[in-house]
Amino acid sequence: MLAFIIRRIGQAMLVIGVMVVIVFFGVNVIGDPVWMLISPEMDQSAVEATKIALGLDKPIWEQFIYFVGNALQGDMGRSFVHGEPAIKLILSRMPATMELALVALFMAILIGMPLGVYAGLKPETRLAKGIMAVSILGFSLPTFWVGLMLIMFFSIMLGWLPATGRGDTVRVLGIETSLLSLNGWTYIALPALNLALLKISLVIRLARAGVREAALMDYVKFARAKGLSQRRIVGVHILKNIMIPIVTVLGLEFGSLVAFSVVTETIFAWPGMGKLLLEAIQRLDRPVIVAYVMVVVVLFVVINLVVDVLYSVLDPRVRLTEAKA
Amino acid sequence: MTSIRLLALAATAALTMGSAISALQAQELRIGLSAEPSSIDPHYHNLSPNNMLSRQVFETLVGQNEKQALEPSLAESWKTLDDNTWEFKLRRGVKFFDGSDFTADDVLATFKRLPAVPRSPSSFAPFIAGQTIEKVDSHTIRIKTTAPAPLVPTSLSTFGIVSKACAETLSTEDFNALKCQGGTGPFKYSEFRPGDRVVMERNNAYWGKKPDWEKVSFRFLTAAPTRVAAILAGDVDVIEGVPPSDMARLKSNANLSVVEELSNRVIYFHLDHFRETSPFITAKDGSPIKNPLRDLRVRQALSMALNRQAIVDRIMEGQAVPAEQVLPSSFFGTSQTLKPTPFDLAGARKLLADAGFPNGFKMKMHGPNGRYTNDTKILEAAAQMYTRLGIDIEIETIPPANFFTRASQGANGDPEFSFILVGWGAGTGETSGSLQALVGTFDRTRGWGAANRGRYSNKAMDEVLTEALRTVDNTKRAALLARASELSMNDLGIIPSHYQTNVWASRKGIKVTARADEYTLATGITR
Amino acid sequence: MTDTPISPAMLAGAATPVPKEETPFTRFRKGFFEDKVAVAGLILFSIIVALALLAPLITPQNPYDLRSVDLMDSRLKPGSVAGEGFTTWLGTDGVGRDLYSGILYGLRISLMVGFLSGLIAASIGMAVGLIAAYAGGRVETILMRIVDLQLSLPAVLIALILVAALGKGVDKIIFALVVVQWAYYARTVRGNALVERRKEYVEAAQSLGLSNARVVFRHIMPNCLAPVIVIVTVQTAHAIALEATLSFLGVGLPQTEPSLGVLIANGFQYMLSGSYWISFFPGLALLLTIVSINLMGDRIRDVLNPRLEK
Repeated sequence: MLAFIIRRIGQAMLVIGVMVVIVFFGVNVIGDPVWMLISPEMDQSAVEATKIALGLDKPIWEQFIYFVGNALQGDMGRSFVHGEPAIKLILSRMPATMELALVALFMAILIGMPLGVYAGLKPETRLAKGIMAVSILGFSLPTFWVGLMLIMFFSIMLGWLPATGRGDTVRVLGIETSLLSLNGWTYIALPALNLALLKISLVIRLARAGVREAALMDYVKFARAKGLSQRRIVGVHILKNIMIPIVTVLGLEFGSLVAFSVVTETIFAWPGMGKLLLEAIQRLDRPVIVAYVMVVVVLFVVINLVVDVLYSVLDPRVRLTEAKA
Repeated sequence: MTSIRLLALAATAALTMGSAISALQAQELRIGLSAEPSSIDPHYHNLSPNNMLSRQVFETLVGQNEKQALEPSLAESWKTLDDNTWEFKLRRGVKFFDGSDFTADDVLATFKRLPAVPRSPSSFAPFIAGQTIEKVDSHTIRIKTTAPAPLVPTSLSTFGIVSKACAETLSTEDFNALKCQGGTGPFKYSEFRPGDRVVMERNNAYWGKKPDWEKVSFRFLTAAPTRVAAILAGDVDVIEGVPPSDMARLKSNANLSVVEELSNRVIYFHLDHFRETSPFITAKDGSPIKNPLRDLRVRQALSMALNRQAIVDRIMEGQAVPAEQVLPSSFFGTSQTLKPTPFDLAGARKLLADAGFPNGFKMKMHGPNGRYTNDTKILEAAAQMYTRLGIDIEIETIPPANFFTRASQGANGDPEFSFILVGWGAGTGETSGSLQALVGTFDRTRGWGAANRGRYSNKAMDEVLTEALRTVDNTKRAALLARASELSMNDLGIIPSHYQTNVWASRKGIKVTARADEYTLATGITR
Repeated sequence: MTDTPISPAMLAGAATPVPKEETPFTRFRKGFFEDKVAVAGLILFSIIVALALLAPLITPQNPYDLRSVDLMDSRLKPGSVAGEGFTTWLGTDGVGRDLYSGILYGLRISLMVGFLSGLIAASIGMAVGLIAAYAGGRVETILMRIVDLQLSLPAVLIALILVAALGKGVDKIIFALVVVQWAYYARTVRGNALVERRKEYVEAAQSLGLSNARVVFRHIMPNCLAPVIVIVTVQTAHAIALEATLSFLGVGLPQTEPSLGVLIANGFQYMLSGSYWISFFPGLALLLTIVSINLMGDRIRDVLNPRLEK
């Protein structure tokens, strides 16, 4: 187990290393951030002064060595734009993103499960076929497009929910959250739904497949033979058995929710780290892009690790040694 | 189960939100901004959204009114003692938020801090370069310059004064963490949530007219449709930067009102004046030709073939005015005789033929994508017009970061492109800075031509402008600047296209003072 | 953009084995055409591809030839008559470009990016998968490690960071899309190849003294194609959607190479102003394209490999 974890961490370091090198040198080729930072009225000497202040006057490889040296001591550099430590900026935006991804995850389960279970139990009905058709649509709809439509419909035409931003936040255990106020929930509803859409389709399909498989299992047949009500069979026996794989898959999908939040946050002006990344890309704020890569890769490794370890605990047949397909 | 209940609660709450919001609104003003500040340290970054916010908290010595004319602020009056010395009388009885008095020492401390802010992406230091400040008494300061400097009051209108205590001890991060109580403005910061909003509270001890609002929240809604959606949905009371495409809809909405003001931003084309052969211009068969843009007749043809009114009507949807120089003629130092070149395709064709290009040539135009309102569309429109003039046009739009790098120092440190679309906002509200930067002969040591991406050079204009920059007398200086404008514009150092108008939308009953400098100030918003 | 090693054998392999073995192909065809929804998807998709290919012949305007676009035609409602005399059935955009023409030309770019990236990714992925399966040992371990790592990070994130570092352009976005796709192919092909390798015909071929390359590409590869086809359909739809997303975010394709995503982004600013058509129709075109591919993909997956169904 320990060897497994250590190997995983080693791999993560490798990924981080490769991505950081690509980003560091790539961003440098695209353009010089000075032109995005400096007030256009300023003359050449002010441009030079800014370059020196930000360390951009040195050759790129020298900047890279300097960065690596500092990174090894835990200093990931400061944002060119904001002047604050890049890691601090990202961590301060992380709660908003996590909150959004979590709510989206729960929405996916709450909406997807009943639909999927129904489609699995009565696959031949019109409604079930409709549900499956909608789930294909859900896979196909581009997230950003749906986001616009949601705003058009719920915020502007109906005027029910605010279109943009995050609601009032409360600090709990040192973390800002907007989930403890009604106002917060009105703000999160649309972006979370937007983000959840792809996963709703996924849950529908997983649940349907699981139910159809479980319905053929001996224990279900046995329960039927015992004369248990359909309600009880579905609610207790089937659900219990399909929940584990669904939750596992969703655990892994949580990472993709975090990644896709870049799109949703941009459309709904949600102040999370995805929006920060996009702004950093537009302004060539290299330290922030690099730090984001690091934070997110670490986050993914942790999520995958936790899921794998939990899985091996739940299912002793799984060995955490070689990940042979 | 609890989550279901919470969701249900959220849904009901959503339905009742409407009324709850209007109850709250009494004292709180919610504004949707088009850009986000990089920091709320007033001296960290000379960036429009930063300056706009900090102006309401950290006042400047000299203020700018909505037309960008100078007005007293923390300095009550100023005058020149001789050509090289300015004296400023400071306002008495002004207190910082922490209760301490505002005196000359705070101004001195601020001057000391400006060049010393670490990692500043665009420092304010150039505004006070060459100035030495002296304290005369507790409420009088003198500024000495090495050469006659008529623009000292203008430069003092660009940065806010912080108390000595803040200036000497606090870092940018401390300012962002709201640790500075050393402002004198009508508002003080009460919350800064990067990526989301800045919240201000009324300073009840303010020396001037107290604003109508107890609390103002500025929300960062950088995508234009998002901003429009927010005001339509009632999430905010005021938005700035109304996009042209939504003007008609917002104007026709009975619950909203819209105000506009001619801005200090000109959109123009810069042309390659300095290369014998220009990298993106060839004959139609691709063979190299002499740079046609160096011929005034070709430049005139390009200016005449540009249908400015069509750009204003069709692309800017009325949110612009055809341009003839670097600033609209209502600003200081502009020429009153210049007029926008009228559209005349036949005349343009003739000029082009006279210049030796009866069959035109081939040219690639470049522009940033997403930096100015509708920049890509303007470039496409201009390309259409030049195609009709008989020039084969290709266009390329480039993300701003890359564009400005290449346009400024792309080819061996020289501007890379032949013909570009750019914009220029005159933060100082007069023409000297614009002329110096855009059409002044490029000279690193003098700091001229910093944004002269066509390397235009006109000795006669340089001389007049140099004279103007030494002239303290306002009337004489205005005349000299007008002369410099005429010299450079008649020679088409740049081809001006249009001036943007700034547009705000607000809920009915809330009045916004439209400003030329694009600033949205809560002090200018009333009920 | 690296030149991808698409060997003639690989291309031939894609075409030859299917008709050669009559039974699986006819079975596949029968299975596919049984499903009306899938057939509808196929028809829709064929129409879309035909429209895109024929765009220059069936559009009233080349939207990127500046001579034919007139600013005075900007923001015409669907059905209006443009200055040049033709009717713009889907309206015009902010600079007077006919949207119907714009969408068809945009489709060409979107489809091209989707297919090309899929093809290149499939080729690389298959090569890697086959090499891993055939070589075994350290090579296999290292290659599969890379694949696992790649698959543990979401595609949108990798693509976003790559284009952030590479800049805009068709070649760059195809590169980014290849990078995020190849690992799926590699993993699947390796799994299949491992099974195939143990079969008798491979032993027979080896004992005949055929070269390794020949055994792998002529004998093992054709038998791994079924799952590759499934992934190609799913991934092409993904790639098209991903490109549109990146372009919408402003980091994908430039204005001069407007895919559907760029068109939607351009129309975004008109969403609320009443000129809904500028982004609605490109959005609809994108949606129909992706749905048609997914409808087919769903069925192909069921027919070719029922076990793959999630």
